[in-house]
This record gives sequence, C-alpha cells and structure tokens, in this order.
Amino acid sequence: MESESQKAYGLVAEFDTPADIMEAARQVRNLGFTKWDVHTPYPIHGMDQAMGMNNSKVGWFTFLGGITGFTTGYLMIWFMNAFDYPLIVGGKPMFSPYFAFPVGYELTILLGAFGTLFGMFFLNKLPRLHHPLLKNRNFAKVTHDKYFLVVEVEDPKFDESQIRELLTDNGSTNIELVEE
Amino acid sequence: MSETANNPMLSQALAQAPEPPKELVREPLVLNQRNVGWISDQVAGIIEKKTPTWWWIALGASISVMSLTFIMIAYLVGTGVGVWGLNHPVAWGWAIVNFVFWIGHAGTLISAILFLLRQKWRTSINRAAEAMTLFAVACAGIFPLIHVGRIWFAWWLFPIPNANGIWPQFRSPLLWDVFAVSTYGTVSLLFWYTGLIPDLATMRDRAKDKLRKFLYGLFALGWTGSNRHWSNYEKAYLLLAGLSTPLVLSVHSIVSFDFAVSQLPGWHTTIFPPYFVAGAIFSGFGMVLTLLVPLRTICNLEDLITKRHIELMCMVLLATGSIVGYAYMMEFFIAWYGGNPYERYAFINRAFGPYWWSYWIMITCNVITPHLFWSKTIRSNMIVVFMLSIVVNIGMWFERFVIVVTSLHRDFLPANWGYYSPTIVDVLTFVGTFGLFFTLFLLFMRFLPMIAISEVKAITPQADPHHPLGGAKEGGHH
Repeated sequence: MESESQKAYGLVAEFDTPADIMEAARQVRNLGFTKWDVHTPYPIHGMDQAMGMNNSKVGWFTFLGGITGFTTGYLMIWFMNAFDYPLIVGGKPMFSPYFAFPVGYELTILLGAFGTLFGMFFLNKLPRLHHPLLKNRNFAKVTHDKYFLVVEVEDPKFDESQIRELLTDNGSTNIELVEE
Repeated sequence: MSETANNPMLSQALAQAPEPPKELVREPLVLNQRNVGWISDQVAGIIEKKTPTWWWIALGASISVMSLTFIMIAYLVGTGVGVWGLNHPVAWGWAIVNFVFWIGHAGTLISAILFLLRQKWRTSINRAAEAMTLFAVACAGIFPLIHVGRIWFAWWLFPIPNANGIWPQFRSPLLWDVFAVSTYGTVSLLFWYTGLIPDLATMRDRAKDKLRKFLYGLFALGWTGSNRHWSNYEKAYLLLAGLSTPLVLSVHSIVSFDFAVSQLPGWHTTIFPPYFVAGAIFSGFGMVLTLLVPLRTICNLEDLITKRHIELMCMVLLATGSIVGYAYMMEFFIAWYGGNPYERYAFINRAFGPYWWSYWIMITCNVITPHLFWSKTIRSNMIVVFMLSIVVNIGMWFERFVIVVTSLHRDFLPANWGYYSPTIVDVLTFVGTFGLFFTLFLLFMRFLPMIAISEVKAITPQADPHHPLGGAKEGGHH
C-alpha cells in the first residue's frame, strides 16, 4: 500500500473570500482545465457560470419518477378495483380516472421526490464514504469558513508550478499537494 | 452597478445623497455582521456543549408524559373501543380531532413555500419547522391506526388483499388519506434530510471523538462541498420544494375530503380544502413560534432568529388567521344562502347549541387573537408572542373539535341526537402525544443542527462574492 499512498491526487488551494475564489475559478476555466472543482461551505451564487458548468440534469430524474408514480397509481387502482376483484360500491363505476386521481397524484409526488433525491446522488456519485480530500486536515475547514479550489493531477494540462503561481496571484493563502 | 464606477458625476452625486430614512433600511437577517465561521460555531456549539441540566429534566418529563399514550393504547387494545367516549351518534371523537390537529402543523409547507418565494428569512427557521412537522406527523399517525378498533386489522388500509382476496376500495377518501399522509411523511423526511446533508458534513468535520465522526460522516454521505455537487444539490432542493408545496396542499385537501365527501351537514362543503390548508399554515407557524421563541434565548440564537424573524412569523399568523376567519364566516353565509334547512340548522347549532362554548373558544383564539399582531409592540414582545402562539394552538385544536363533534352530534333526525364527552382515556392518550412530540424534538435539538447552517451562511453579505464583505473589489457589481 506504500506506493499507492504516495500517489498525488491534486493541488488544493485555500481562499479566504468568495470573491477571490470566484475570480480564480474564472481564470482556471479560461485556461481550459477539465478535471478541477471548487469546494465551498455553501453554494456560491454565480459559481456555476464562473466554472462554465451546464444546467443540472436532476430534473429528468424527477420527471421519470413522477411519470412512474402516476402510471403505477392508476394501474394499481384499475387492477385492484376493476380487474382482479371487481367490487360494486354505491353503484359507482369499477374504474374511473376521477376517483383514482388523489392516489395517482400522491404517488406522482412520492416517486418524483425519490427520483429527485436518488438522481442527485447518482449525478454526484454519492454516497462516497472515502475521498482523498476528506483525509486532509486543512480541508475540513471547507464546511466551516474557507474556500478551496482543487486541480486534479489527472488533468491533461496539470503543471504544478504554473497552477501554484496562478492561484497565489489570485489570493490563495495556502496551497498543498494532496495524496490519493 | 459598474456604471457608477465609470461615471464620476454619478458616483459624486451618490456620495452626497442623503441616507435613506430609517424605516426604509432593512434589518439584516443575521445581526452584528457575524461571519460564516461564527454561524457554524454557534449552531453546532449547541450540540457540542455539555448537555444542559434543563434538557435532562425536560426529556425526563416528556418521556413520562409520552408513556401515558402507550399505556392508554395498551389499555384500549386490551379492552376495546368502549374505553373511549365514542357512541352513537358521535362515532368520530377525539381520535380524529387529534389526528387532524397533529397533521395540521404544516412546517414542510412553511419551509418549501418560503423557499419558492425566495424569502431569505426562512433559513433560520426552516430546519426546526420541518422537524416539527415530522414529529407532529408521528403523533398524528398514531390515531387513525388505533381508532380502527380492531388494530390487528389495520393492515387492511394498505394495498394488500385480505384473506378473501379482496383489495381496499379506492373510491373512499379514507384510503386516499392513507396514501396522502404516508407520502407526506416520507417526502417531508426526504426534504428535511436533503437539507441536512451539508450540515451533517459540518458536524463530521468538527467532530472530536470517533463515534461522532463516524455517525455524522455516515449520514453526510461523503459530502465535500464540491460546486459540481452543489449545482445538482440546489436543483434537487428546488425540485423537492416544488414537489412538497403541492403535496402539502393536497394532503390537507385530502384530509378535508374525509369530511367534505360525506353527505353530513357541516362537513359537506366545498370550502374545506383551502380552509384546511390555511389552517395548517396558521397552526404550523403557531407551533414554530411556541418552539423557537424560548429556544432562541435558551440557545443564544438571537443573532440568527432575530426579532424581525419573529415579527414576520406573527404577520403570517395574522394573514392566515384572517383567511381562517373568512372561511368560518363564509361557511355561515353559505349555510344561509344555500337554502338547505339541515345545513342552516347545523351551523346555528354549532354556534348556539350545546357545544356553543367550543365554537366561541375557537373564534376567540383563531379569529380575534391574531388581530393583536397588528400592533408592533405586541409582535416584538417575546413573552406575549409566546403566549399568543399557544392560544393559536389551542384554537386550532378546538376548530377540529367543532368540525367533528358538533356536526355529528345532531344530524337529520332528532332520534340521532346525542351529547358526546371524552373519557379520561381519550384525554390521557392525547396529552401523551405532547410527550412524544417534545421527546422527539428534544432529541433533535441535542443531536442535529437546529438551524440550517449552510443556508444561513449563504444569505449573509460575507457569503456574496459581489459584496464588499465577501471580498469584492471596487464596490462590486450585479
């Protein structure tokens, strides 16, 4: 395991203010890096644009979940009350889209919500209970009051001295190479 | 704003402009310009500090009271529903009153709707409001299960065929209710948990001992605050808020269908769905105030849950209380204007019949009391606000009592008239659910961040990259 632990994961730069890290992110994006990220204690408004990211795709999972829920609800009610064991109640039809609506609606929301949450986990590759950054003591401040920019070693444009210079110029207070 | 910097005349004019009048300046949502680190120290500090003595006393008292519910349920199941005050004609008594009372604490709606409306002040109260809802749903869920009488057949409510292969029938609003309430509980939990993930990561990173680090870490799911994650996270949170809002509206509508879809005068009214929703926001804010007004002082959170937050909540109470009052008035109007003699009788009987006292308690607490909040002096007096919030809760319990009992106790024929009183078992079962509610809430405030740390951070000027306090140079821009 000795050889594995020595492999570097990436260069981690610490910043004190959201304005500094936003400017640094803008420049890192403009230089064409691909394997890099910004870690912050809260979502910074405008950071997605600064990093050049596209709109999140979570909505598709919500949509799929919702459609599944609605269909399940209607099919379930039709199957139970009109197909498998038809029961006459108050002379009402065996199946009608009207009385199936409340349950269909609730299941739309239920599965839509599960789709949203699990879609978010899927897109974020979570849960992940082990991460190179989480081993770094200094990085723990990311959930407190510091802002971190990480460029991974695997980025094709990775050049340690160039990135160090760029981030120091943009106000980074501490830069470390974090091991895998 | 970058125009200002480029135009010397404009910036000079702005520099000489008088200060805006005091009443136009918005009070900040986090007082004393606290920085983002202070927010996590303060909120997480509640959990990390030594357990205060008052907490142990409160927990002990809550658990003792809670045990009443379970003892009474054991007695009920062992003996039969005869131990309750139910009889002909009032076959739905306190159990249903209590169910509707507890389900009607719409903290999830408060959180979700304020989020959709971009009300930044929600960040200080949403976590506790959502927790309140979850615990209130736990209390509510007990009653439909035990009121079925033969509790060992409660599974007939679920979509499982019984011994004869018969499925539940979906034309009944009671079955809609099963789906509505279980979806409500589940989605409220998902919404609450989603909001907790970044804060659990904060707790993980601050944890000193291994067990805490492991447990908070496990539930934080490896959150690193990555912006690529935040992007999906924020979208998911927005969508969950967007799903929760119509969900809560539907839950309270469907609970009202339990009544409105029947043919009984006093229940059979189309105003019920919106009226139940307004009532749920009203009593939801009432309970949030009951919990947070003392806790902001006890836990030193006055800079985060400011007087302005309390005042805003009082104003919502005023608005929703007025909607509820309007609904009471409109019910009466329709009872007269609709021309149905049974309907008219039901409402006259409600206000002036044998249960007149419950009706006027309801009117006093829900319609008259909220109008005290027109006064700023009252809104900013914490002791008065606390007491009035309890009055609101009492009023909302009586509202459900009035709906259930006064409509049932005299229907179409005088042969079906009667007077219902609860037994001591009814009373103790209900009192015990307050023990359950406070036990769960005390455990929540001891082990989980009571305020959404990352969300409060995000609304401070220090967190805004375009604000000078967030490090922006040259006045920033938008």
